Amino acid sequence: MTMMTGAEIVIRCLQEEKVEYVFGYPGGSVLYLYDELFKQDKVKHILVRHEQAAVHAADAFSRSTRRIGVAMVTSGPGATNAVTGIATAYMDSIPLVVISGQVPTTHIGQDAFQECDTVGITRPCVKHNFLVKDVRDLAVTIKKAFYIAGSGRPGPVVIDVPKDVTAARCEFDYPAEIRLRSYNPVIKGHSGQIRKAVQLLAGARRPVILGGGGVILSNAAERLTRLTQLLDFPIATTLMGLGGYPGTDRRFLGMPGMHGTVEANMAMQHCDVLLAIGTRFDDRVIGNPEDFSAIARKIIHVDIDPSSISKRVRVDVPIVGSVPDVLEEMIRLLEAERERKDISEWWKEIEDWRSRQCQKYTMRDDAIMPQYVIEKLWEITRGEAIVTSDVGQHQMWTAQYYKFDQPRRWLNSGGLGTMGVGLPYAIGAAFANPDRQVVCVTGDGSIQMCIQELSTAKQFGLPIKIVNLNNRYLGMVRQWQEMFYSRRYSQTYMDSLPDFVRLAEAYGHVGIRVEQPGEVEAALKKAFVDHRDELVFLDVRTAREANVYPMVAAGKGLSQMILADENM
Amino acid sequence: MRHIISILLENEAGALSRVAGLFSARGYNIETLTVAPTEDDSLSRLTIVTSGSDEVIEQITKQLNKLIDVIKVVDLSEAAHIERELMLIKVRASGEDREEMKRMADIYRGRIIDVTDATYVIELTGSGSKLDSFIQAIDADLILETVRTGVSGIARGDRVLKV
Repeated sequence: MTMMTGAEIVIRCLQEEKVEYVFGYPGGSVLYLYDELFKQDKVKHILVRHEQAAVHAADAFSRSTRRIGVAMVTSGPGATNAVTGIATAYMDSIPLVVISGQVPTTHIGQDAFQECDTVGITRPCVKHNFLVKDVRDLAVTIKKAFYIAGSGRPGPVVIDVPKDVTAARCEFDYPAEIRLRSYNPVIKGHSGQIRKAVQLLAGARRPVILGGGGVILSNAAERLTRLTQLLDFPIATTLMGLGGYPGTDRRFLGMPGMHGTVEANMAMQHCDVLLAIGTRFDDRVIGNPEDFSAIARKIIHVDIDPSSISKRVRVDVPIVGSVPDVLEEMIRLLEAERERKDISEWWKEIEDWRSRQCQKYTMRDDAIMPQYVIEKLWEITRGEAIVTSDVGQHQMWTAQYYKFDQPRRWLNSGGLGTMGVGLPYAIGAAFANPDRQVVCVTGDGSIQMCIQELSTAKQFGLPIKIVNLNNRYLGMVRQWQEMFYSRRYSQTYMDSLPDFVRLAEAYGHVGIRVEQPGEVEAALKKAFVDHRDELVFLDVRTAREANVYPMVAAGKGLSQMILADENM
Repeated sequence: MRHIISILLENEAGALSRVAGLFSARGYNIETLTVAPTEDDSLSRLTIVTSGSDEVIEQITKQLNKLIDVIKVVDLSEAAHIERELMLIKVRASGEDREEMKRMADIYRGRIIDVTDATYVIELTGSGSKLDSFIQAIDADLILETVRTGVSGIARGDRVLKV
């Protein structure tokens, strides 16, 4: 065994874990770590412009692959800046390892320069965290961190490393495997429960399947697709589950929930059996839980996390287990089961709901409809791009109008709803998928929350396409103010917006302004074809007061949808 | 309903704050909380008295199990169990109150463990409700100070909470 410094150990452990990229920002407490990064070239460091973006980029690296994202930040403000990124990943169960520097152990608790209680601050928004006070614990702690982050229901793990620990020396020994007596996630679903579920599915007359983010996270999209097609059941996916089932298939109903389709919401409300997979019955998905629970239907719920089951909605057949394993077992049993109910009446009902065309919108001659931009974007990218979004109206329009056929192509902050993720997500995804087109759909509010990352994109020559749906409003808040606060647009008008085209140019990128509906297609082509290898910032001036429909107001039941005027 | 939840967790820095933080973050209620290492000093045993509907208690148990440092969780109140709490209570004990206070301590099987001209410290062990009842039974004006450990509990019979 060889003697190593703590800093050498950290970098060696990252190499052992086959970490390709670390997104980070240096500082006083991580100087030894950065010195070791400098001395090797296996682990590549991506310098961002703000620690929040480092964590978001690592998060997107993970979302768009299946691997664990890694970020590195310094103590104090470095760590506090990372918190939004960590909380974002936590809410969406994204596996991350975040290494934060800390002041030397002798200084901890002394209010030292750039000291903060990182473990205390991050405790409520991590799957687990560690403060390593002894260099001899370092390697095994890193092993634990990667194991915990990636197994069971994934999540971010923070390792706080004091500066003196990175300088201290000890023998290096990286354990090949790790077992924790206090942590043994259940993988295999209960076979009796699975059989019960299969019987319910086979006997259902009005069934519907709901796939969530867990389908994507566990790489179960292919199995979910097989199961759905085997049963020929209608399927909806949540915002986080988009791409878990082909969005262009006829069985796909769209998203349920606050901005869900009529067909998805009505199917959820009128089904007799609901098969919910890797989803947590979030308030944005089921509306008012009392209304949701008042409807008689049998619910089968598959999830790796027991605490997600019967948290907001009582379920009839809970199955704790890994989603792909449970689906595989269901498929096996269903293939043997010949008895199947005729559900053609149910399909007719669903087609009736679908025929209301709840996402139809009216084109205007004088203003660009944001929905149209997303439809064109889908056409030009042939539905194959990795699309990131920020948070707000543009996020919902992208979710509604870009038909995702594949998993891990749609990256957005579903749980925490973090404005500012779009550009750093695009950066993380671009590193993870150098051969794939990466698009960031954003808005004039969100893009300004991490706009400094245009500089990172320039440094690494990332050919990201940014589609800024610019309506000069904080559109989603304005929409609520219009609908529920008598049009009192409190603080939602974005006065003094920058000239985004010149701003993009100032960072060394291509900027294109799009003002007329007729210009949209040509501008997209210019960006995706003529400037293929460059970052292009498309500043698209959209209809100012366009709203996202359908909409279920907060606290209402899913059947109480508000539709666009023309569809009422 | 009142529940006594027993937890076996890693005896590591910060483990207690993970449990306490979970309760405050999710809006669960803590009536009492006690914690100390077990015969195996790598383990701590923690007892929480809480209250809530069956759904809330189910969530509390699941959320506790999710914490990485938590090894086992059991709701003692689901089956036969014993609960004990220790109270030290300092009371005024002068004049005719002095004899009365001694009598009350005897009735409750308490022990007087500190004596001055004017005060007693009484040590009392029992269920939480027994300690409550002692406080109710004596004149409130005579109580100078009380300190309670919170409830510890253990299952009756051969059920054990062990790694």
